[in-house]
Amino acid sequence: MLELDVTKQLGVFRLDARFRAEGKVTALFGRSGSGKTTLTNLVAGLVRPDRGRVVLNESVVFDSERGTDVPPHRRRLGYIFQEGRLLPHLTVRANLLYGFRRTPASERSVGLDEVVGLLGIEDLLERWPGALSGGEKQRVAIGRALLASPRMLLMDEPLASLDNLRKAEVLRYIERLRDELSVPIVYVSHSIEEVTRLAHTMVVLSEGSVVAQGTVRDIMSRLDLAPFTGRFEAGAVIEARVAAHDLAYEITRLEFAGGELFVTGVDALVGESVRVRVRARDVALALERPGATTFRNIVKGRVAAIVESDGPIAEVQLDAGGAMLVARITRQSLHELGLREGASAYALIKAVALDRHSVGYA
Amino acid sequence: MWLGPDEIDAIQLSLKVALWSVAFSLPFAIGIAMLLARAEFPGKTLIDAVVHLPLVLPPVVVGYFLLVLMGVNGPIGGFLKEQFGIVFVFRWTGAALAAAVMGFPLMVRAIRLSLESVDRGLEAAAATLGAGPREVFFTVTLPLIMPGVVTGALLSFARSLGEFGATITFVSNIPGETRTLPIAIYSFTQVPGGDAQALRLSIVAVVLSLAVLFVSEILVRRASRRVQGRHA
Repeated sequence: MLELDVTKQLGVFRLDARFRAEGKVTALFGRSGSGKTTLTNLVAGLVRPDRGRVVLNESVVFDSERGTDVPPHRRRLGYIFQEGRLLPHLTVRANLLYGFRRTPASERSVGLDEVVGLLGIEDLLERWPGALSGGEKQRVAIGRALLASPRMLLMDEPLASLDNLRKAEVLRYIERLRDELSVPIVYVSHSIEEVTRLAHTMVVLSEGSVVAQGTVRDIMSRLDLAPFTGRFEAGAVIEARVAAHDLAYEITRLEFAGGELFVTGVDALVGESVRVRVRARDVALALERPGATTFRNIVKGRVAAIVESDGPIAEVQLDAGGAMLVARITRQSLHELGLREGASAYALIKAVALDRHSVGYA
Repeated sequence: MWLGPDEIDAIQLSLKVALWSVAFSLPFAIGIAMLLARAEFPGKTLIDAVVHLPLVLPPVVVGYFLLVLMGVNGPIGGFLKEQFGIVFVFRWTGAALAAAVMGFPLMVRAIRLSLESVDRGLEAAAATLGAGPREVFFTVTLPLIMPGVVTGALLSFARSLGEFGATITFVSNIPGETRTLPIAIYSFTQVPGGDAQALRLSIVAVVLSLAVLFVSEILVRRASRRVQGRHA
């Protein structure tokens, strides 16, 4: 559990944030320059707040009123930096053991073999950091932080400096440690894709302050937050369950509150819970159920809200049995169809728009 | 061996003086370099200037100041003699002190340069892994600045081997005690028939200097390879 209420002035930038992160994975979401890294550094003790309080699992690590300021090496936080920051003069093994050796034996919660196995870095142990790929570096950095038996993992955009292939590789391992270990994670990111795949709750940061916090599903379906979550990526997050795989066509059928969803290229097992991110730009609307169409997903719902911008765009929120979908359409089609709040409509979504990148395990 | 006992004495003394001057000044040089590279305080420019002074002053002037300050009647020398019985003047230790002072700016510059190129993020990472400030210094900072430390130490070593002006002014020219290699060469050129000896010692000086350059090249290469983690 992380509880935080701090202010920090850095030149003209002012960070004034207050939030509480509970549960397994909390995403700290914001565009670059929103103060995410500063906030993470404040939690780790690398930057000192001007005022405020930072509480970690019931223990106060910073309190300006009481004059408490626990130095970083006594905070027991596993910080995973964007650039890995492996010590270049030590082998991978020595890097991994750097924090482990400095943790009292009675407080160690994992061993080298377990972490090495979990992250698949057995073959790297005798290598030097300079000879590792970006993805390997990041996995070693995660292992090194874990081996210090931290009270919480702070991941500051751990995938930002990786190419897409490496991103997918490291993301898989992060999912794995989320599911297999009990260390809570604060995951800092500006990528909606990563956030929906990993996190259950999120805190949205903009220009140094918290603009929203709640479950990923609720925040993503709020139309008013679209400016912060990004127009291109904005959309709804739906919780669903895997119902069946069609192996011949490699299509997976999911069930959710509003009916069925067909997605592609997902390897979750039947019965597993997943989160699906449906981007607003991938959703079309129709007043009647279309006949022959390539849209695999036709979801009936009721218009819950309409937001018209000054430009060509309008956003329509559709309530499908409690699950909130968002469609981004032109204002022209909004007016031609005469959509109003309360009207019923069909959301049309191509199955190929819902792929592996949009689906995360809940 | 074609070297006479006087010449061997001079070479051994020079090596001893240079080794001690480096060993003694290295920790101070690292400390001062840390201060100059990382701390902000009033009077920093002044300290920077004082450290660099031996580089620009005539060595004789440095030797003269040493004599005034560290002589048995000087403010520091007098105190050291009374309290601890330590005397520098006319001793080989004085020669080492003079060499250390003359080589100090070279050492500080080299170390400071590599300190300024250290990624402080690595130190922060070590701190989050449970290393306190002192541990961070010895396990991260020091290994990372090793190329600079090696370069600084060897530059200062070479400078010590060649030190003449400050040494002869401060501790004079006593055979077997303060007559280092360059002073011995100078002395041989001042006596009739000493040309051959002066030549032999000069050849030794050339060989020693080349050896220092060679060793420094190897050590620096090895140290930087380690820091960059490029070896298999």
